[in-house]
Amino acid sequence: MNTIRQFQDVIDDSGGYARRLKQGSGGKILGYFCTYTPEEIIHAAGIHPMRLFGTRFAIAHADAHLQAYSCSLVRGVLEEALAGRLEFLDGAVFPHTCDSIQRLSDIWRLNIDFSFHADVVLPVKLDTASARKYMADVLRKFRRELEEKMGLSISDEALLKSIKTFNTIKRALEKIYRLRSENPGIISGADVYTLVKGAMIMDRSEAAEKLSAFAQALGSEKAKGPDARRRIVVSGGLCDHPVIYDLIEKSGGAVVWDDLCTGSRYFEGLVSEEGDPYEALADRYTDRVVCPAKHSSITARGDNLVRIAKEHSASGVIFLLLKFCDPHAFDYPYMKEMLDGIGVPSMLMEIEQDLPSEGQLSTRFEAFIEMLR
Amino acid sequence: MSEEQLKKDPEKEKMKVKSVKKMKEIMTAYYIDAKTASQNGKKVGWITSGGPVEPIIVMDAIPVYPENHGAMIGAAKMGVDLCEKAEDMGYCRDLCSYARSDIAASLVNGGPIGGLPAPDFLVCGNNICGTVLKWYEIQARYYKVPLFIFDTPFCHTEFSSEAREYVRRQIDEYIKFLEEVCGKKFDMDRMKEVGRLSLQGQRLWQEVLDTSMNKPAPLSAFDAFFHLALIVTLRGTQTAVDYYVMLLEEMKERAAQKIGSIPNERYRLLWDNLPVWYKTRWLSEKFASYDACLVADTYTTAWCGSLDYLDENDFLGSMVEGYTRIYLNIGVDEMLKIIKKMIKKYEVDGFVMHSNRSCKPYSLGQYDIMKTLQKEMGLPSLMIEADMVDERSWSESQIETRIDAFMEIIKQKKG
Ligand code: SF4
Ligand code: SF4
Repeated sequence: MNTIRQFQDVIDDSGGYARRLKQGSGGKILGYFCTYTPEEIIHAAGIHPMRLFGTRFAIAHADAHLQAYSCSLVRGVLEEALAGRLEFLDGAVFPHTCDSIQRLSDIWRLNIDFSFHADVVLPVKLDTASARKYMADVLRKFRRELEEKMGLSISDEALLKSIKTFNTIKRALEKIYRLRSENPGIISGADVYTLVKGAMIMDRSEAAEKLSAFAQALGSEKAKGPDARRRIVVSGGLCDHPVIYDLIEKSGGAVVWDDLCTGSRYFEGLVSEEGDPYEALADRYTDRVVCPAKHSSITARGDNLVRIAKEHSASGVIFLLLKFCDPHAFDYPYMKEMLDGIGVPSMLMEIEQDLPSEGQLSTRFEAFIEMLR
Repeated sequence: MSEEQLKKDPEKEKMKVKSVKKMKEIMTAYYIDAKTASQNGKKVGWITSGGPVEPIIVMDAIPVYPENHGAMIGAAKMGVDLCEKAEDMGYCRDLCSYARSDIAASLVNGGPIGGLPAPDFLVCGNNICGTVLKWYEIQARYYKVPLFIFDTPFCHTEFSSEAREYVRRQIDEYIKFLEEVCGKKFDMDRMKEVGRLSLQGQRLWQEVLDTSMNKPAPLSAFDAFFHLALIVTLRGTQTAVDYYVMLLEEMKERAAQKIGSIPNERYRLLWDNLPVWYKTRWLSEKFASYDACLVADTYTTAWCGSLDYLDENDFLGSMVEGYTRIYLNIGVDEMLKIIKKMIKKYEVDGFVMHSNRSCKPYSLGQYDIMKTLQKEMGLPSLMIEADMVDERSWSESQIETRIDAFMEIIKQKKG
């Protein structure tokens, strides 16, 4: 479909896209990490928020700052910045999540000359009233920081408008996910990922419009006959390798849902469009499914994965974990055990920037999916 | 024995730190107490090394430190076995080896003391890392006991007023939590006393470390790693205070008599990061063979780094800042400032960094620190790649070569 092509083009040349966006609007661009970044506030300031992913290039500069035991996301993004490939950015926003991102923020601040740098030091536990209050306080503090350092002002009206735009994006993505779950043949996993990733890079009004139209059109798509493939849920941090979806599908699986930051953790749970927008954002962050670097209960993530597996009739779960990602690696054993408890088999695949050969990957996926029959 | 060796013995006796014996006794008694707590109607609370322990002591519960346990496992060279067990349980090898060995030890009652006493409650202060959050969640599921998370927002460049208020409120929540799990009221008068003892202990510990300003240093970082145990585990008790009074006296005495921690101190070095527990002796001797003494370190200093923030007259209130602005909870540039001060204070000739695979918050950023020290102070540094407990990450010949090369540079510089 045309929309996917357009999103893919943006992803393939995100730098070029950002530069054109800048020339067109003369606006500013802030890079950000992870779904705990309050994109809505950045957007309401008239600044384009752009999610940063790892690098496609070999690491040449980042090794002088980060040990080899940091995850490839942290090393990759630093590499991009040090190599000068992010020169279109006016700054970066670091929400507090894991230990590696925390130190990346320091290293970035000390080595990269952008005019703006913000740490959004969110609470780590999200299940108490005082944490909820601190969350709202931090969001307001972030607003003040943007206003002061960027010399602008953010009105509540503008923020509400941004919230609506982002809600539209999230609603559309959720709808696409639902349609796929009902009918996995209508769109490939790689294409779905293209839409999610593109939505984190491109102009948000454009993304909202295109995704809504796409979701609408997809709804009228007919099932292509019975689907004999096994229903797979993917769980982990982020998976920036579309080829993995292809290989799972070629191996007889159909990805029907996920538990990824580049997936359901991004779009699940809308921000309320009523009342004080900062309180609404704080509510969404405290209510949403947590990332493993945050705490809401000792079984929150396992419960959620079990819910997903049941709701989407998963035959199996593939854990895709980034090597050296501590928070996810700590959660894996108990989440696997909870899946065992409901009789859903799972497999673990550790990935890095450079993937093993496609042959190797296929062999493992095939063996797993074969077992699900 | 040859005549020469016989003659050396009294020299060796003089070198030995007498307090070591006392320390061993105290730690043994402490672990016996902890392991028999339930028979004596006492509660056991597991707590992180940077966690707010004083209120637990007020409640007359026994704080137990899985990290201290991890250190013991490492020093007893039992780490690899337990880490491998954790890997069999599904925990990836790249995770913190304190966490891995503790998680496995729980399951098999492993380690040098046959496992820790099971906790009645858990207190996780995340001012040292995000790892402890995951680790304590795992233990909360395993032991099915309540978990309190003391959430101290990271201070990259500032301690914001928002964070201050949040931590302040958690102190009240923490006390309520303790009242619930211990089933009794919190005694504010007792808190004053424990706070005073805690501060006194920390001050004494700082003074002990300060004796290393003497040349030769009567105490090395390797000694400090050993004597650290009480300020971690028994902070806030008279026992810790008494012990450090004694240790301080001994160190002052040694300084007066010019007895160094190593026989011929010529070069003075600063250590960064956790010890390599299974190799402290090897490292100490290796450096001593070059007449180099690791006179101070950033690690043991962390347990007296909050003295500026703590207030004897309002200990609870001052815990907010004291427990949030600790060494690992601040930006790399803030850490660098502290390191620079230590370099001057202890007059060191070089910097030895342990790049510790297990501990990302401590290790990421070391390259930048190293480069700045080289640039601004011309200070030579050495990076040793290892792990504090998991011996599989230790490659001796490579490390030896690096130390040799580093000491050559130091020698050339200082002569
Ligand atoms: S959460 Fe994991 S993948 Fe994400 S930055 Fe941290 S270590 Fe890397
Ligand atoms: S060694 Fe580091 S990662 Fe492990 S518990 Fe201690 S501070 Fe946390």
